[in-house]
Amino acid sequence: MNPAIQFRDVSYRINDTRELLHDLNLEIQSGETLVLLGRSGSGKTTTLKLINHLLTPSAGEITVNGKFTRDWDVIQLRRGIGYVIQDVGLFPHFTIARNIGLVPKIEHWPEARIQSRTKELLQLVGLDSEIAARYPRELSGGQRQRAGVARALAADPPILLMDEPFGALDPITRAELQREFLSLQKRLRKTVVFVTHDLREALLLGTRIAFMEAGRLVTVRTPDDFMQSSEPLIAAYVNAFETSAPRGTS
Amino acid sequence: MTFWQFMLQNHNEVLELTLEHLWLVGVSIFFAVLIGIPLGILITRWPALNKPILGSANIIQTIPSLALFGFLLPAPWIGARADRLAILALTLYALLPLIRNTYVGIKGVDRSVVEAGRGMGMTNQQLLWQVELPLALGVIIAGVRVATVISVGLATIAAAIGAGGLGEYIFRGLAMVNNQVILAGAIPAALMALLADVSLGWLEKRLSPNINSLSS
Repeated sequence: MNPAIQFRDVSYRINDTRELLHDLNLEIQSGETLVLLGRSGSGKTTTLKLINHLLTPSAGEITVNGKFTRDWDVIQLRRGIGYVIQDVGLFPHFTIARNIGLVPKIEHWPEARIQSRTKELLQLVGLDSEIAARYPRELSGGQRQRAGVARALAADPPILLMDEPFGALDPITRAELQREFLSLQKRLRKTVVFVTHDLREALLLGTRIAFMEAGRLVTVRTPDDFMQSSEPLIAAYVNAFETSAPRGTS
Repeated sequence: MTFWQFMLQNHNEVLELTLEHLWLVGVSIFFAVLIGIPLGILITRWPALNKPILGSANIIQTIPSLALFGFLLPAPWIGARADRLAILALTLYALLPLIRNTYVGIKGVDRSVVEAGRGMGMTNQQLLWQVELPLALGVIIAGVRVATVISVGLATIAAAIGAGGLGEYIFRGLAMVNNQVILAGAIPAALMALLADVSLGWLEKRLSPNINSLSS
């Protein structure tokens, strides 16, 4: 089977000098949750933005659904990929309903279908339907994040990109959303690329973990293998995490 | 003769000059909005144009107003009528706050919001009309407000080249050394500026996205 997303020898540089990503080779299978794990500046977000062509690779090529990203009409490519980011990026001047219905709207769905889809999505992500008429500012962080996920799922894209979506939430809300993500993903079977620096989140949510360091992909492993790894960089990361975790700084 | 007596006796002329004044300011702000906002948008898209455009608007602003009226006199068609000349000069003066505020307003829109929109497959046009302009609207209106208040003041000088407006009274009063006549021009002009400031200030608050999201 063809992978849903494939990186071949991909590098990304700014101004031809600073290299943010070096020679990345990675295949992401359809229906899996691939977690990009690593510290800040390791190239996780860069990798993610290369998939929906918010960034253009300096070298190498990326295919999405068997087609090079440079050959895609970039607007069509992005509309087939859900995108969730940490500060959500909900439009502050749109109600929640309008935010969720955004992609269907620009895809010219009929109004009635947008409304019924919005209702369905609110239910799917566990939001009360009365929230639809509110503005993002009037919601809690957890509610906003749910709305962000609903918006990404609106046009039922096969691929979902999530950039530290639960990073800014309190630990209890985060755990709740992680659980719901798992049960949602069990039903929807999207191809998910999930960026996090949180080791526990990666182990919990990922079917595979791609560990990155300083713009390079170190290794890709299943969560079980990951913890067994003797790779020094991984061991150091796991170790740093275990010593910092009890203080709650994860 | 007191100021009030003068106003009562000449109420027709006062009204006429006030309307003339309003017309000069209104038309020039209309043109300035029509030119300034697109230019402001343009320099957010092509940063290379930023310096030449903002720089030119800045330089125009430093030219003393009487001198600018004088410079424009020899211009064909425009120079033929004083009110055209005045409107051109007032439009030029109003450009800087409009261009700058449009630019600053759009640049000030939260980058993560714009990037989320782009990542979801919005086109540049959709981003501009549905995200950037609505979120920058409060700042843009603030620019219109500043430009309008400046124009009301500057338009009094247009009387020096015979364009009419409340400046007529001010110059006449100066020539006659008559404070009542000066005030007959200055007070309505000041009121006009104040009114423009308050009403556009209200509109600015009304259209700022922060207020919007809380009031509904």
